[in-house]
Amino acid sequence: MSAATEATVLITHAVGLHARPSVKFTKLAKTFAADVEIALAANGPWFDAKSIVKVMAAKAPKGTLLHIRARGDGANDAVDALVDLVRRDFDEGADHARTA
Amino acid sequence: MLVPLRLQGISASAGYAEGPLFDLDRPPAVYASKATAAEEKASLEAAIGKALKRLAAMVEAADRDAASILEFHIAMLEDDTLSEPAFASIVSGQTADTAWREALNGEIAGYEASDQDYFRARAADLRDIRDQVLRALTEDEDRAAPSGAILFGEDIAPTRFLETDWTNGGGIALQAGSTASHVAMLARSRGVPMVVGLRQLEANLAGLALLDAEHGSIVLAPSPAEVVSFRQLSSSFTTRQGKARTFLARPAVTKTGTAVRVQVNIAGPSDVDAIDIATCDGVGLMRTEFLFGKTLPDEETQYHAYRKVLEWAGDKPVTIRTVDAGGDKPVPGFTVEEGNPFLGLRGIRLSLARLDIFRVQIRALLRAAPHGNLKVMFPMIAMAEEYECAAALFAEEQAALAARGVTRQMPPLGIMVEVPSVAIAPEAFANVAFFSIGSNDLTQYVMAAARDNAAVAHLNSVRHPAVLRLIGSVVAFGRDNGIPVSLCGDAGGDPASIPSLLEAGLRDLSVAPAQLAMAKAAISDISV
Repeated sequence: MSAATEATVLITHAVGLHARPSVKFTKLAKTFAADVEIALAANGPWFDAKSIVKVMAAKAPKGTLLHIRARGDGANDAVDALVDLVRRDFDEGADHARTA
Repeated sequence: MLVPLRLQGISASAGYAEGPLFDLDRPPAVYASKATAAEEKASLEAAIGKALKRLAAMVEAADRDAASILEFHIAMLEDDTLSEPAFASIVSGQTADTAWREALNGEIAGYEASDQDYFRARAADLRDIRDQVLRALTEDEDRAAPSGAILFGEDIAPTRFLETDWTNGGGIALQAGSTASHVAMLARSRGVPMVVGLRQLEANLAGLALLDAEHGSIVLAPSPAEVVSFRQLSSSFTTRQGKARTFLARPAVTKTGTAVRVQVNIAGPSDVDAIDIATCDGVGLMRTEFLFGKTLPDEETQYHAYRKVLEWAGDKPVTIRTVDAGGDKPVPGFTVEEGNPFLGLRGIRLSLARLDIFRVQIRALLRAAPHGNLKVMFPMIAMAEEYECAAALFAEEQAALAARGVTRQMPPLGIMVEVPSVAIAPEAFANVAFFSIGSNDLTQYVMAAARDNAAVAHLNSVRHPAVLRLIGSVVAFGRDNGIPVSLCGDAGGDPASIPSLLEAGLRDLSVAPAQLAMAKAAISDISV
């Protein structure tokens, strides 16, 4: 078993990792083969990042330092892509275009 | 014969609706249980599939806001994690409908327990998802409300809102509900009248009702005279609304040519995305409680939030209020449990008791100040010592930042006038940079009527002579001493209260963004 890739990112979206951002976040996570998990603290608990039910249950408000970790194929890419999505505020700035 | 009954709630979306009541909580049809667990499982799978298909069809017809809510429902329903517990209890002998209901109720309870409004409001989405599948299980297709009906019940599902035909009017009246729910947002954007918090609304009502979602009330079994006066209010609202749109882009001026500044109240930095800065004179109140959720915000988070609004406003003023936690706004890890929180450790009292937290906010404000036209005000000031203490903390942090070579600027420091002691004896505050009258709290303290208690709502009026006299004397004191006075309570955006406020001498109001046009229109009708 390879070691996990891990990163943290600050949630700046006004109401946190809520309904719309969670849809985008889990959709993106599912495009990677790696196991991806999120947590609100370095020591967990960890939630499956591909399950919107679990991501929503984490109830991460704005200002949360989100921990993201991945294991397996494309783990690095998965973490990078998800961190980038959170940094871009889930693309909810001027452009509200629906994702395909 | 029923006697007319008027119930008071909270407006979630302004407007008027007259129509038959339609009970949202009618008992659904009964589920026919199956012979084997395998059949129950197949029946639940089919129902989930059917619900997903219906949601997909609704997405096709929905606008962007509505579609994003539906896509959230679809994503939740497609996630096996949601249905796993239900399928597990089917295996151990439960029927599909009970298994699903119990599984979802568990999930809903988790959301209801959240201390954040936003996540708590998602419980309504989960109930919607639950009921979509239960409906598919029971094949209850006969659930359309008559056109123009007033839908009433405990709460309403977003999909229910979306599949309702609102082209012939109609409205929503809820016992519970929240002004932060998805449905409330949809109702505001579509102009569907909606009132929440009608706690005394009973089940099994029928007949004609009048929904006044401008003032947050509903009249059941109205008399002919009430129908007549309701229609007058309704048509005046429509006229005002149409007229108001033409006022939005112009500066506010009274009939006799007196200029009135109209600023906006915002609750967080994302609010400004939907406001054109050209339509207002700045931000009269930026609340900072939004930052204080489950975790206390760090300096960087606060700095970026303040800076965003300052940059958006350009050279127009942005008045940021230091955190006003306590009272009806508890914050875990910050506020304290009290028997009478409105009269307890809240606003500046709490900030001065928790200097570790207050100093972080002060530094973030000082650092944000160079990025725009910042003003800072303190809530719940009762004595001059509190203001002096807060101002001294600003000076200390300013000096510390300067010593470290950090870019910063001292903003003008003002106070909220909401505790009667300040309004009665303002002379103790002759050295503050500005006064901002918090009419909600000032009114509740002068009238001794809690603003969240519907039973004493009739006492809670800013237009009571006692409240207006205090406002007038604060304005006069400000004028004589060169201290600008504005007002940032709900009354500032209420067309019915604006004439009294201008007569009391106010020329600077700060209102909710949705009330901007109506407030400007109301001002144009006044001769002062």
